[in-house]
Amino acid sequence: MEDAYTPVELMVTAAAREIADEEVVFVGMRIPLLGFLLAKHTHAPHAVGVYELGVVRDTPAPSSILTMGDLPNLSGASWLANTDDTMGLLQRGLVDVSFIGGAQVDRFGNLNTSYIGGWRSPGTRLPGSGGACDLACLAKRHIIVMVHERRRFKKRVDYMTSPGYGEGPGWRAQAGLPRGGPSAVITTLGIFRFDEDSCEMVLASVHPGVSVETVRSQTGWPLKVAPHLLQTPVPTEAELAVIRRFDPEGYWTGSKKESIPFVEEARSRKKKNIP
Amino acid sequence: MSPSKLVSLSEAVSRWVPDGAAVAMGCAFEALIPFAAGHEMIRQEKKRLTLIGPISDILFDQLVGAGCVSRIQAAWVGNVITGSAYPFRRAVEEGRLKVEDHSNLTLAMALKAGAMGLSFMPARTALGSDLFQTNPGLKTLTCPFTGQTLTAVSAICPDVAVVHVQRADALGNSHMWGNLGVTREACLASRHVLMTAEEIVDSEVLLSDPNRVVVPGFRVSAVVHAPWGAHPSPVPGYYNRDHEAFLDYQKQSRTPRGFDRWKEKWVDPVGKGYRYPELLGKDRMEALMIQHRRPSVPVDYGY
Repeated sequence: MEDAYTPVELMVTAAAREIADEEVVFVGMRIPLLGFLLAKHTHAPHAVGVYELGVVRDTPAPSSILTMGDLPNLSGASWLANTDDTMGLLQRGLVDVSFIGGAQVDRFGNLNTSYIGGWRSPGTRLPGSGGACDLACLAKRHIIVMVHERRRFKKRVDYMTSPGYGEGPGWRAQAGLPRGGPSAVITTLGIFRFDEDSCEMVLASVHPGVSVETVRSQTGWPLKVAPHLLQTPVPTEAELAVIRRFDPEGYWTGSKKESIPFVEEARSRKKKNIP
Repeated sequence: MSPSKLVSLSEAVSRWVPDGAAVAMGCAFEALIPFAAGHEMIRQEKKRLTLIGPISDILFDQLVGAGCVSRIQAAWVGNVITGSAYPFRRAVEEGRLKVEDHSNLTLAMALKAGAMGLSFMPARTALGSDLFQTNPGLKTLTCPFTGQTLTAVSAICPDVAVVHVQRADALGNSHMWGNLGVTREACLASRHVLMTAEEIVDSEVLLSDPNRVVVPGFRVSAVVHAPWGAHPSPVPGYYNRDHEAFLDYQKQSRTPRGFDRWKEKWVDPVGKGYRYPELLGKDRMEALMIQHRRPSVPVDYGY
């Protein structure tokens, strides 16, 4: 018997399951942060978290945080250093996995968080890369976390802030990137992997209650589906308890009214009750 | 005995942040953001500033909203807990603001090059990305040793780095702790350093732990006593992040009229005498104070 969960809680759980024990994880905010905390408390107690502002910690922050610079995230850290120190770990190839979000993604996993409508005369200016471009270029693998809508899942992104597989096989090496590439995309509708030969995004798992047709209709290119399509496992009670301990007011996971745009969009899908 | 560099906030900003200056701020990411100094730039109606920093949280957005900025060299501009920031969006979309798009690593390398007296630093990030389209300070180069393709990041040498620290003496020696981000590089790359501090202390306090000094005093041009000078961002050892202030700002800055109302409430009344703590009020300050103290064990620098 499972508790009710929100779409974002399902995504957090899926993100956590991408982290293996003892991995070095470059942690972002929101869903990735909660996913990391959840993994630490379940199957990956020895995972190490690295944060772009110059923080390394192997224990969870002692109380809930909304930004990685909040004081509980610094208290009891294993290392407080500089950006080039933690970015150096990343550039050297010592980070196993990172998580990034985006406003637009394309079939090769390229991400746009900078300009909608092209950069010459942008229709919408977004905040920009932050560390996302670095994580996409330099981690051994990265995982993309997105709201799934047709306007966001484009055949080609308007601006490539964070490279995925570029234009396909061989592109990353040709550009000079030392390693990496996206390994999964976790969305409000399903989970996607990348085909080893074509580098193209493939639907690997649909969330409970979501049909393949729905996913296709929200995707701006002819979407390929894995031969053995899975259903995303729902969060267990134990997983939900951890998530709610670190997001007690549902600021990120969406049980609170007043919240961020991402959560608002996800919340429009409302809480699901699983029988 | 060196002369004191201790001046008022208005004097410091008036002298070291002229119109058209290139100013590095927000170099410690989400913590220790020099809001007091930034708001003084708004009160002095600075024009045509270039702002340099990794993410800046809402401080860059506030200076853009007040019409102080013509160019930004940054990796991310917005409101960390909500996303996009409205005045920044409006300014870019209306063509009033030039942006040079960095990543956190390229911005760190640009300041590192400045700090090291180099014209550029190499990096392995951003290759193949469109950052090269919107940042003339990024080019590719071939490593002369390995033949690898690298990103060359052009040096940034700001006119002034504005940093908020926990404690400083009148000579510009200071202690800063927590996550430092690109603060050290920014201070070393800049022509001048303007420092605001929670507390002004005797030099002896700072000399007791020289590893914690962020930049040597001789590189600092002005020291300002500005308690709560990083609010609403957090200051390790002093106060927590005031999330509500970031949410309120997001709501108010949705329209230009709303932005003006925010400015009338939080920037204009502080005035020359720096009455920010009074404006903030005792209850709000108490709610943000450190609840769980965790002092470090002293180390021994004896011989």
